[in-house]
Amino acid sequence: MSRVGTPLSPQRRRFLQDSARAAGGCVAVGSLLAWLARDARALPAEALRPPGALPEQDFLSACIRCGLCVRDCPYDTLKLAELGVDAVATGTPYFIARDVPCEMCEDIPCVAACPTGALDPALDNIDDAKMGVAVLVDQENCLNFLGLRCDVCYRVCPVIDQAITLEASHNSRSGHHAIFAPTVHADHCTGCGVCERACVLPEAAIKVLPLRLARGSSADHYRTGWEEDAPVLEGIIDLPDRLPGPGTDNLVTPGGYQPAFNLPEVTQ
Amino acid sequence: MTVRTHLPEGHEAIAAKGWARAHKYLLLRRTCQLFFLTLFLLGPWIGIWVVKGTLAGSMTLGVLPLTDPFIFLQSLIAGHWPELTAAVGAAIVLVAYALIGGRVYCSWVCPINPITDAAHWLHRKLGLQKGWQPKRTTRLWLLATVLIVSGITGTIAWELVNPITMLHRGLIFGMGFVWAMVGAVFLFDLLVSRHGWCGHLCPVGAFYGLVGHKSLLGVSAANRNACDDCMDCFAVCPENQVISPALRGTGDSTPLILSPDCTNCGRCIDVCAEDVFKFTHRFDTLPVAPPHPPAAPQARASRPF
Repeated sequence: MSRVGTPLSPQRRRFLQDSARAAGGCVAVGSLLAWLARDARALPAEALRPPGALPEQDFLSACIRCGLCVRDCPYDTLKLAELGVDAVATGTPYFIARDVPCEMCEDIPCVAACPTGALDPALDNIDDAKMGVAVLVDQENCLNFLGLRCDVCYRVCPVIDQAITLEASHNSRSGHHAIFAPTVHADHCTGCGVCERACVLPEAAIKVLPLRLARGSSADHYRTGWEEDAPVLEGIIDLPDRLPGPGTDNLVTPGGYQPAFNLPEVTQ
Repeated sequence: MTVRTHLPEGHEAIAAKGWARAHKYLLLRRTCQLFFLTLFLLGPWIGIWVVKGTLAGSMTLGVLPLTDPFIFLQSLIAGHWPELTAAVGAAIVLVAYALIGGRVYCSWVCPINPITDAAHWLHRKLGLQKGWQPKRTTRLWLLATVLIVSGITGTIAWELVNPITMLHRGLIFGMGFVWAMVGAVFLFDLLVSRHGWCGHLCPVGAFYGLVGHKSLLGVSAANRNACDDCMDCFAVCPENQVISPALRGTGDSTPLILSPDCTNCGRCIDVCAEDVFKFTHRFDTLPVAPPHPPAAPQARASRPF
């Protein structure tokens, strides 16, 4: 295509240049901003979001960083991340369980204060909160695992006997004592962090971790047959289990019969 | 430079109207900025909870929710439908600024404004060059970029760097390294680009400019026939491209400053010895009729040229 002789408008040239320059600048700034956004999503493991907080990705699209949840927290548990000081997305609310744990207020004032729903107003029972899950991370230093009766984490748990139980087992070191192992049940644990705060060790042996770190997940196809009555798949007939009883070769059951074969007794 | 350009702007106005009247809107504006900041600080400092929260979102006396509509918009684009409280708060703020002029936020409320004003003051004191001057539309490009990045990343993107809410939150909740951010804006305006941040880059200002496109309140060069071309208004105006169409208009062309870039700061009213400018409403479009015959501009003793 020949453009020889076509007068090119200087305005057009200038417009194209300016647009290209602006677009280029926008791509550069936008990329930088997107990189920052990606960085902001990495929430440190020890930083816990307030009760009812949406999953981190959704939380960052919803939280306007106004600090109203912080203001209405009666225990000064929550704080806003400060720029360059806390490794949490700047201005967003979080708490460190070892410093000040969540006291699990019945009326959940932080959720009530949130204007945007970044803290989900559907959370109406604080026992349903999932700020994280306590994990007994260090059995080697936990006093209970050493055979003592510290029990502090168990005693302070607001959901005692459900979120944390003490499971007795034989103490093979002493040979005649018991170990009362503090055992967390994730279904009931709210991640409030009171146990982590209360742990008597210089560095807590029980820590609240975010769900992504604290939990494994079982594969979709895996079925625990002893818990589930429902058929594995729709339309597949679940045949009755063969139980010992009349008509079987189980002799201890009434109606049991002798097997058809009789092996000679072993003589010594 | 000539002696004339070294005359401090507004000194004629001071001579004509007295210092107080020649700084009326500047003082009002600083008082207003301080007032809003104090409202937010009363709670954390002395326990009087009039306003809770920050400029991003606040609750006044437990009944009046306010939300920054630009942050609200980014949240929407990022894929979150906020609760009613935030929506109501954003609507209230939107309507208010749509009426009084979107960029009233910039000059009367924004905590970064005193910083960039200070940078500009020092800039003039030191007689520095204006430096890098990107187009005034750059902030609109930046605004679009911010919204796109919000959509792509699913975050409220500008809040990752927004010096306005960072400074405000810093004063109320704890500074961290926000001082560095504020210092960067100050140095940028001082050394790199005159009026650079507020006048060319800030997408928040660009957003509020769009909001106030048809605002009721505005500045009018109603008495423009009295203008003696001292240029003081151009010198003090942070968006001085908005003045010419109104001031230099002739005949019945509107003396209203219609550009949404105008922040309604009222500084032009302050520094004008001839009282050319005034605050008025959108429908007050008649310039003051010229005296007949029009008086020739008189040479002034203070401007011996």
